Parts: sequence; structure tokens; C-alpha cells
Amino acid sequence: MNKTKGTIVGINGNMISVAFDGNIIQNEVGYAITGEDRLKSEVIKIQGNIAFMQVFEITKGLKIGDNVEFTGEMLSVQLGPGILGMVYDGLQNPLNELAELHGFFLKRGVILDALDFNKKWAFTPTAKKGNTVTGGSILGHVKEGIFEHKIFVPFNYQENFIVKSVVDKDSYKVDHVIATIENDKGDRLALMMYFDWPVKIPITNYREKMVPKEPLVTQTRIIDTFFPVARGGTYCIPGPFGAGKTVLQQVTSRFAEADIVIIAACGERAGEVVETLREFPEITDPRTGKSLMERTIIICNTSSMPVAAREASVYTAATLGEYYRQMGLNVLLLADSTSRWAQAMRELSGRLEEIPGEEAFPAYLESRIAQFYERSGLVELNDGKMGSLTIGGTVSPAGGNFEEPVTQSTLKVVGAFHGLSRDRSNARRYPAIHPLESWSKYKSFNQPKSIDDARKILFKGNEVHQMMLVVGEEGTSVEDYIIYLKSEFLDSVYLQQNSFDSVDGATSPERQKYVFNYVHDVLMTEFSLKEKNEARNFFNKMRQLFIDWNYIDMKDEEFNRQEAVITKLIEENSSDAKGI
Amino acid sequence: MQKVYNKILSVSGNVITVSANDVSYEELAEVTTQRGKSLAQVIKLENDIVSLQVFAGSQGIATNDEVRFLGNPMRVTFSDNMLGRIFNGSGVPRDRGPALTENMIEIAGPSVNPAKRIIPKRMIRTNIPMIDLFNSLVVSQKLPIFSVSGEPYNELLARIALQAEVDMIVLGGIGLKYDQYMYFKNTLEEGGALSRSIFFVHTASDPIVEGLMVPDLCLAVAERFALKGKNVLVLLTDMTNFADALKEIAITMEQVPSNRGYPGDLYSQLAARYEKAVDFDTAGSVTILAATTMPGDDVTHPVPDNTGYITEGQFYLRNGRIEPFGSLSRLKQQVNDKTRDDHRAIMDGLIQLYAQYNETEEKRAMGFRMSEWDKKLLKYGKLFESNMMDLSVNIALEDALDLGWKILAECFTPDETRMKTDLVNKFWPEEAA
Repeated sequence: MNKTKGTIVGINGNMISVAFDGNIIQNEVGYAITGEDRLKSEVIKIQGNIAFMQVFEITKGLKIGDNVEFTGEMLSVQLGPGILGMVYDGLQNPLNELAELHGFFLKRGVILDALDFNKKWAFTPTAKKGNTVTGGSILGHVKEGIFEHKIFVPFNYQENFIVKSVVDKDSYKVDHVIATIENDKGDRLALMMYFDWPVKIPITNYREKMVPKEPLVTQTRIIDTFFPVARGGTYCIPGPFGAGKTVLQQVTSRFAEADIVIIAACGERAGEVVETLREFPEITDPRTGKSLMERTIIICNTSSMPVAAREASVYTAATLGEYYRQMGLNVLLLADSTSRWAQAMRELSGRLEEIPGEEAFPAYLESRIAQFYERSGLVELNDGKMGSLTIGGTVSPAGGNFEEPVTQSTLKVVGAFHGLSRDRSNARRYPAIHPLESWSKYKSFNQPKSIDDARKILFKGNEVHQMMLVVGEEGTSVEDYIIYLKSEFLDSVYLQQNSFDSVDGATSPERQKYVFNYVHDVLMTEFSLKEKNEARNFFNKMRQLFIDWNYIDMKDEEFNRQEAVITKLIEENSSDAKGI
Repeated sequence: MQKVYNKILSVSGNVITVSANDVSYEELAEVTTQRGKSLAQVIKLENDIVSLQVFAGSQGIATNDEVRFLGNPMRVTFSDNMLGRIFNGSGVPRDRGPALTENMIEIAGPSVNPAKRIIPKRMIRTNIPMIDLFNSLVVSQKLPIFSVSGEPYNELLARIALQAEVDMIVLGGIGLKYDQYMYFKNTLEEGGALSRSIFFVHTASDPIVEGLMVPDLCLAVAERFALKGKNVLVLLTDMTNFADALKEIAITMEQVPSNRGYPGDLYSQLAARYEKAVDFDTAGSVTILAATTMPGDDVTHPVPDNTGYITEGQFYLRNGRIEPFGSLSRLKQQVNDKTRDDHRAIMDGLIQLYAQYNETEEKRAMGFRMSEWDKKLLKYGKLFESNMMDLSVNIALEDALDLGWKILAECFTPDETRMKTDLVNKFWPEEAA
């Protein structure tokens, strides 16, 4: 195909208008050429013979009349073995390799391969000569860390092909031809271990999309017990700045029971990504015994990196997630923050002089957000295996006000809402998920009845608390006061969790079930406390013991000893002689 | 080859347009009017129409004034000779020293590769307990001070500048009142720090557009010094003025405003500056402290709001004190486990009790009877405010921790404080027990 060429006729921030002759595609990639630099750009609007393109780099120094070369391809990522453990920018440029070549700064116009083309992978073929295959069929697999990385027929081939040849079991580079296939028209295709896929097109080579059922354990108590997340589901974490969105995401990325975690740091602080970058290789994943980095992919387009690449970064992350899902793995994608992505759309929309919607966000904001979250899902693959992609996105609402377009559009499409509250974070009650305002449509592994009981106590406790602010403590009955203390107890010992502690930071489902039952029993116990001071002292003491208990490893003998101490204290103060 | 144009097509706000060819984006031009010369920067190109923002403002520009393109983007000199010097928002000396033109560097360069950043681990001690104890300042951190006009934020910045352990200071004033500029100059001079400082000062009486360049100038210079191994503290005051200048240009350029007239890219613009804070693993560092005034004491105003999402925490300055609620150093967890083993517990414990004190104080103000517990809290709150929060308190971190235990012991029994038992055994003051 003849590549189309064009020249720049306008420059406004990161948007250029380009006069072209020939044919171009919406979302096609082109390169604006200035001196030595080739600046990657994407077509986002076409009008007559003018293409409006967003430039993924700083546009400083571009001139009217500079040339633009179109590629004929949509914005794509490379899919193949060697993605796990990588750190990419929003366009899948490997950042570590960039650093080796160019030092401290992100040099403009440098584009590197996402995969290592020199590394050899031990390939085991599973498809045989004469097999019928189509897009998404498995040709064989290589060992990538702890996973069996499937090698697929590229997803875009719709028709049936016959396998004409497959290489023997051996080690190959990713661009080695491992199979040839032929369709009934006699077109022959040579397949390698990698192929490109356009980021804005979802991968749909599966049999059926199912309803998410199984919980995805995060080891954060308030989430798993009260507002669970399901494998293949979606959730969002809106919250004002400083409420702990990113810490919560980091904790989840560390402890969540998913096979693969993709962290999309989208328009946020570089410092936060660095923590993950530097710490993950050092941390051992208790479930695999390997470094956490081996199951992690980081897409890192931080706030000072070019805005257009930020817009692309969430799609890059979703595409990589779908790719690994196709191998029958459970993938968790954490996007932080979707508001920055929405803002990138807003900046662009403004430069295109589109008619703005609410708060100047483009009118298509809502549908774009819905499309993004819809890329999640639990799917039955063509070989009958199940794979899932779970998406959790943080939202950074302006002014912490949830009544803004991004939060509202997101709430319409997600399955769980973990709303962070400024009041709770000010009172250092972490994680600051608001226990009364948040919700989840998914099922917890704890008993629904017990959860409901606990929620009622929280609700009533809050009512009593509000009342006490008006009528004072003396105007409150001892019974009500005890309900208030119970709700505070539940909050302190179960909802709050010290994510910086090695034991309390992650609570296994077993421990959650055990401790939650215990807490539930406490909440249901009638106490023989006669007056408020006595009640407060009792609950203070118990809270103290319980928090100490939370810091003890369940396998430690001390765990049972501490439990006995708490049980004894409860028995002494329970009106039912048996206690619990 | 320098191109000269003599026909200005339009003047609108501080933006002029000329018809010109072979001009590159963000190139500088010099506009010569009867009032003198001013720099201008290309902000939009459309066919042969070039839009430029004029730093000195458009007042007095004649349609036949001369526009000369310089062929390069905004640059600034960089050398050790800059130490102790004061420049304006265009990088021209405003003291009586000689102009510096050697070794010009481009400003607003590319961002640092995240893969080359390191986790900040070094605390900057300031001897202000509300910072050191509760929200430790860390090398390479970017922190704004949120306050309303009239609060002593510049005094606080100056004090931190003098007391913080850094190699050099770069001060960027944007819309700085003249007396505040003199205050910084005199304070640093008296403290003997002027010779390791560089000022870029745009005062309130200078044209507003000129202030737009100040953060980039400061940070470009700071970055270069950091690459040479220096630990640089950059003070920017006041970033709300910077945002207002952005707003003015955006409105003039007829951009669709997003929120209260501010442009949709306010977040990215602010982030591009703040993200220059960095700790280079084989060289020095840049730490940024910025004053951000909140119009109407409203933290949801777009400027403080966007800033809060970018920076690694914030200090609220209210009634002359650093508020414990809302103030946050996101990097404190990186350093406060290496100071003393009670640091975190004291930090959380004191704040939780102070939060309860505030509730009790509200109840008291409404005239409710105070329980025994309430009375303890009231006593605690008073002690905490006077001995710990007051900005005049000037003690080392370890003394502040001891002071925390002392206040607790004066007011409570150990189990009322929710402290972990082993810490109570180790640190609870003997005489009170």
C-alpha cells in the first residue's frame, strides 16, 4: 500500500492539523517529522483533506510545512511473550530500556520495540499440521515466568485456516516463523510468536461472556467482607485527594489473588509508580514464591508525560489484560486515575473545538467510560477454559464532589463502589472507604446474614452518634450508647486496617471469616454494662486487645492466647452467663 | 537569520498575531514598541498566522511595531555565577549585576523517565513539629502550602528555607508583592543564605504574562544544579497567580473553559511543573514547596483542587498554624519508620485524640454537660494546641516525640490512648505513671 503523506498547516498545543492527499484511516498513526525527530501522532478527526492529529510528544519546535508520514496502521501494541514484568509508557515503550539508552530524561521521538527480539523462548507446539484454526486458536506455548504463555493465531483472522506447517519443539526468537496457515482461497500466512493489535478494539475471540460470580480476594477486610469485588467484575474508587486512593490500589496490587496484575498509572504522580517499580521486584508473592514483579505489568504515563499518550494508556492496559485473559488467566487491571484519562479527552476535545458538555467534558465521555469498563468480564474461551479481566479504576473528582460527570458516568457502569471519605481520612480511619455510602453488587465469602447484622449496627451506631452531637452524651440511653460503642468497635478492629503492617496489611479469607464471626458474636452479645463510663472503659480495653490481636500472625501461638484473653474479658461483662 | 515583521494583524488581550513563515512552535520573538522591547512566545500556528503572547503585555503596541523572531525557544543562562543573583520573569537581572548570557539552556525540557527515579528516603528536618513529627518533608517532595491571603505563608516558606538542610534555594515569585519580595531578600540575607540562593521574581506590578515563565525558569535551573549533585529547594509563591495567568491567556485564545474559567489543561500544566521534583540516583535532587492561596478559603477551587491531586500532600495554613487535619505528607511513610519506633504511633495517636477533642469542643460550645472523658479531652486539646501546634515551637523531632508522650501522660491513662502496649511500656513517662 502506498503510504499517504501530508504537511502541517496548524499547531495548537499537542494538536496539529495536517493537509494530506490520498487516503487515511480514523485512529491511524502518523509521524510528524522535525529535524531528526519523528513524533508519533494519531488521527482523531478528518475533515475534507485536513486531518486533526494528537501528537504523543511535546510539539515544541514544529513548523508549518513540516512533513507528516502516515503508516496505514491504527495505534497498536505488540502482543507476545515477554510482556510480564515490563514497565511501559502509555504507548508500550519500555521505560527501562529507554533509560539505558538515553539516561535520566525521556528523549523526544524515541520509539523502541515493546518485546525483546533477541531473547529466545522455549516453544512447545500443540497445533498439528492439518488442524483447522482461526483467530485466537492456540498454536503452542512458551514458559513465561510461572505461566504458560499461549501462542495464538492473530485475533483478527476471522475465517478458517488449515495449518500447513509447525516448527518443532525448540527455542526461538519472537519473530521466528513458527507456523504457516492457509485459507481455502489458497492465501498462505506465516505466523510468528507475536503480532500487533489495535488498542481501541476489544479482543472478542471467546465463546461466551458470563456473569461474574466468584469473589476476587483483595485481603482488605472492608472490601472482601462488605463491598466485595468479583472476578471479571468492575469497581471504582472515587475520593478526594489525600483520602488514600493510590495507597488502596497499591495494597490491592500487592495482595489481590489474581494471576496477573496490570497497573495503569495514568496521569498520576511519578513518585507513586516508582514505589511499585522499585519495591515489587523485592517482594515475594506468597502464593508463587516468586517475585511479585513476575506477575505484574506497569503502564506508566505519569502526569508530566505527554497528555495524548495518557489517553492511549488505559487502552494499552486493557488490551494487554485481554491478551492474558485469552490464556485462561485471571487478570486484574488497576487504573489510577480514570479522571486524568477523562481530562486528557477533555483537553483534546477543547482543541478540536467540539461543543462541550458538562464541565467542558466532551459529550461522548459517558460512552467512552462505559466502553472501557465493558472490556472487563469473565469469559468462557474457545477451548472451554475460563479467563477473566477485572477492572478497578480510581476517580479523582474535582473538589471531592461525587456529583461530577466522571464519577457519575462511572457509577452507572461499575459493579462495586468504594467511596472514600474525607472525614474518615482526616480521622486517620484507613482505608477510608465509607461504610454506609459504598455498595457492591457482588457476593462476599462471609455470611450475608452476619454482614447484614453488622451493617445494621453501623447504621444505628451512626444514628446514635448524630443524635449525640445534638442532645449530648447525657441525653443518650445506655442501650443506645452501647450500640454506638459497638459500631465504633467494629470500625476500629475490622473496617480499619493498617496497610503498612506486615500482618494486619493483608487478611486472608480464612482469617477474615474467623475474625468476622468473632466480631459478629461480640456485636450480638448483650453486655451487663450499667453505665456509660463503664461501657466506654470496657470497649476501650477490648479494642486495645483486639487491635493487638490483629497484629499477631494467625499461625503464631500468641494468636490463640490473645483470643482467650479477649474471650475472658467478654465473658466477665456479658449479661448472658455463658458469653460467647 | 532573523526574520523581522512590521505588520501586526490583531491585538487581543496580551496576544498579538502576525503573518509569518518558517516560525516554529513555542519560538521566541522580540517585540519593539515605543515603550521598549518585550519578549513574546508563539502559542499557536495556523497556516501563516502566528499568535504570540507578549510578556510585557499589549498596552501601547502599535500595528506597525517590529516583531523579530529569534529562532529559539525560551532559554535561561546556567552557571554558578547565578548564585546570589535576582532575575525577573524573563530571566533578565533585576539587581544591578551584569547580564548573564553564557551557557544558555532550554527551559521546560522533557520529563524524567520514571524508571530512573528512586524512592525518596531522606527526610528534610525543619524543626517545626507539625512538619517533622506529623507530616515529614522528604527530599524530592512537592508540597503546596494551602492558605488564604493574609496568612503568613511567605514567612513560613522563608523559615523553612533557612532551617531546611539543603545545598541551595531557588525562589520563584509570581505576582509577589514588592514588600514580600524584599522580606524574602532581607530574611535570607540576614540568615546568611542569600549567597546560595537564586531569585526569579515577578512582582504584582509586572505584566501578568511575564509570571508564566517563572516556574519553568526556576525549575530548569534547579534541575541543572541537581544534575551537578546539589540538593535544591525550590520555593514558588504564589502558584494561584500562575494559574490565573494561564486562565487569562486561555480566555484570550478563546479556549473552552472547563471550570470557573480555567483551561481544561490546568491539571497538566501544573503537573508539568510540579513533576520536576526529583531525586536523581547518582546526582542531587529538586524539592518543591509552593504557596497556593485558596480564593475564599475554598479547597475545592480549581487551583488548590488540581494542585492537591498533583502534589505529594499539602500543608494547610490556617489561623497562623499548620492544621493537623487535611495536612498531609504522602512521603512521610518513607522516612518516619527510620526515625524512632514510636514516631508513627505518636503521630496517629495524637491526631486521633485531637479529632475527638474537636468533637467535644463542639459539644461544649453548644452547652452540653461535659463527662469525665470530655474533660480529659479538653485538657489534652489545649495542651496540644499550645505546646505542639504553635508555629513558634522550634524543636527537634526527638524532643517533639517526648513532648507528645508527656502531653498524653498528663491527660490520659495508657489504655485510653489506643497505643500499642509495647510502646506504652517503653515510652510512657515514668513520673506520671
